Amino acid sequence: MTLYARRRAANGIVMSLSLGATVVGLGWLVLVLGALLWNGFGSLSLAVFTEMTPPPGAQGGLLNPIIGSLMMSAVAVAIGTPIGILAGTYMAEYGRYSYLTSVVRFINDILLSAPSIVIGLFIYEVVVRPLGHFSGIAGSLALAVLVIPVVVRTTEDMLLTVPRELREAATALGLPRSHVIANVSYRAARAGIITGILLAIARISGETAPLLFTALNNQFFSTDMTAPLSSLPVVIFQFAMSPYPDWQKLAWAGALIITFAVLALSISARALAATRNTQ
Amino acid sequence: MSQRRLPVVDIAMGDAPAATSAPPDRSGVLVRLRLTNATFRGLTFGASITVLIILSGVIIALVEGSLPALRHFGFGFLVSERWNPVTENFGALAPIYGTLVTSIIAMVIAVPFGLLIAVFLTELCPPWLRRPIGIAIELLAGIPSIIYGIWGLFIFAPFLQRTLQPALIDLFGPIPVLSNLFAGPPYGIGILTAGLILAIMVLPFITSISRDVFDAVPPVLKEAAYGLGCTTWEVVRHVVIPFARVGVTGGVMLGLGRALGETMAVTFVIGNAHRISASVLAPGTTISASIANEFTEALGDLYTSSLVLLGLILFVITFIVLAIARYLLMRIERRIG
Repeated sequence: MTLYARRRAANGIVMSLSLGATVVGLGWLVLVLGALLWNGFGSLSLAVFTEMTPPPGAQGGLLNPIIGSLMMSAVAVAIGTPIGILAGTYMAEYGRYSYLTSVVRFINDILLSAPSIVIGLFIYEVVVRPLGHFSGIAGSLALAVLVIPVVVRTTEDMLLTVPRELREAATALGLPRSHVIANVSYRAARAGIITGILLAIARISGETAPLLFTALNNQFFSTDMTAPLSSLPVVIFQFAMSPYPDWQKLAWAGALIITFAVLALSISARALAATRNTQ
Repeated sequence: MSQRRLPVVDIAMGDAPAATSAPPDRSGVLVRLRLTNATFRGLTFGASITVLIILSGVIIALVEGSLPALRHFGFGFLVSERWNPVTENFGALAPIYGTLVTSIIAMVIAVPFGLLIAVFLTELCPPWLRRPIGIAIELLAGIPSIIYGIWGLFIFAPFLQRTLQPALIDLFGPIPVLSNLFAGPPYGIGILTAGLILAIMVLPFITSISRDVFDAVPPVLKEAAYGLGCTTWEVVRHVVIPFARVGVTGGVMLGLGRALGETMAVTFVIGNAHRISASVLAPGTTISASIANEFTEALGDLYTSSLVLLGLILFVITFIVLAIARYLLMRIERRIG
């Protein structure tokens, strides 16, 4: 074989491998989603949204875990978002060039990908153990710790893209820094910051590990945040690992609901980011 | 949004010639503005310190919680394979082994796949297809791990039990060393299944970072190589990969960090057996799966504390891996930016 033919052949082999890898990779992911849709829709019914989790062998739904998940996510976002936005503001505005900012950015990036089960252990040690019982609040705090790094990261990134001239113009009018940030920077970066919050909600809505030993679970209907609270991911875990077909069907239905919620959140986050880019 | 109009109007009125009350009012406004600014600055400063407090809180809480186990077992905890809740005798070797082996299986599969897909997306893919595939990959990176777990348990593990695992046993049975690696009955669940699920999970991360890094290679460099008559593969091999090496390594480390700490997808399919088997078909356990499975059922301080100590070990391992990843990615960002 001539050198030229050999080079052509090598190129052909690697390029077909890369095409093959893409087909296999995407096909595999299609398989996961396909199985989820097939089994999920097969188990979905109105009762899933209106009835309590059943004992083994009985009919029921997922109302209490859905409510519990919504409550805990709402509290987590209410705690985590302000802290995240304020921290991101410091990093992009007041302390843009300070040493502290680079340290916080590094630590925040580590927290962003730290194993969530470790966050669960942390909240167990500082909240559950001193109080002596599992609670919805502990679950919310664990989720809030996961919300903060996502919001910090996006807020900082988005504020950094606000043109410096806008801030300079406002500062030249005599406005103090806090008013420049509130009236100019936040306004210019609003879509981006909301995108970050949506992504954070998407991140926590499927989190199971940090809830296992903070919020625990509750087979009865409860909206009491100081008591153990049921959540969708934990119920899916419990039901899927059980030997009862009824429970397993409900687990599939719950998995479908979570996936839809996460996909809807990430797609709207993307759409929001896209409208901002075209402006 | 009421604060929007107040200060501006106040200052303007102070400047207006018609205004009679001049200096005292104006200095009052300035004091107020300064105070608002100082308060806001303090708030944002406090919030960014909170991030540091959370991380140190995690470390302190884990160390404090694992002290009883540390005192009782010492460093023998790291090298002991025992895990007996009845006699309260615990060792971390089996979970550490399981964590490392599943992550290695995942990376061995996901890294070549991720790189090849990134090559496809940056070099081969028609432009109109690039965005949809890129978006699909990023959406898939956001799917919660419990979804992969339930899929692995009900669909993937039975499938492997019927097809891949018997084939592997038959194939490697006659070969001396490899027969131990693929020995035992095909359970479906086990180390290999967990590794494969992890590979599917980290694939989107590695692909999307590699694609970003490949995209950042200056076109001029690639065009120069093409101009010399290089094939696409030669351009990738000799121009793109050397330029992107640091960033790709960072992306791989980031994926490894995810794989090491991943809990739910693994917990579903690993089988939770505290032992070290030579065979990858056997059930095992990982650090995160042990904690997830046993923590709420752990009776007694020593059992709980041993699980917290496992968490601390996991945190230290992932912290090191993620710190290296971030350092490498920071270096490449600086070079691009």
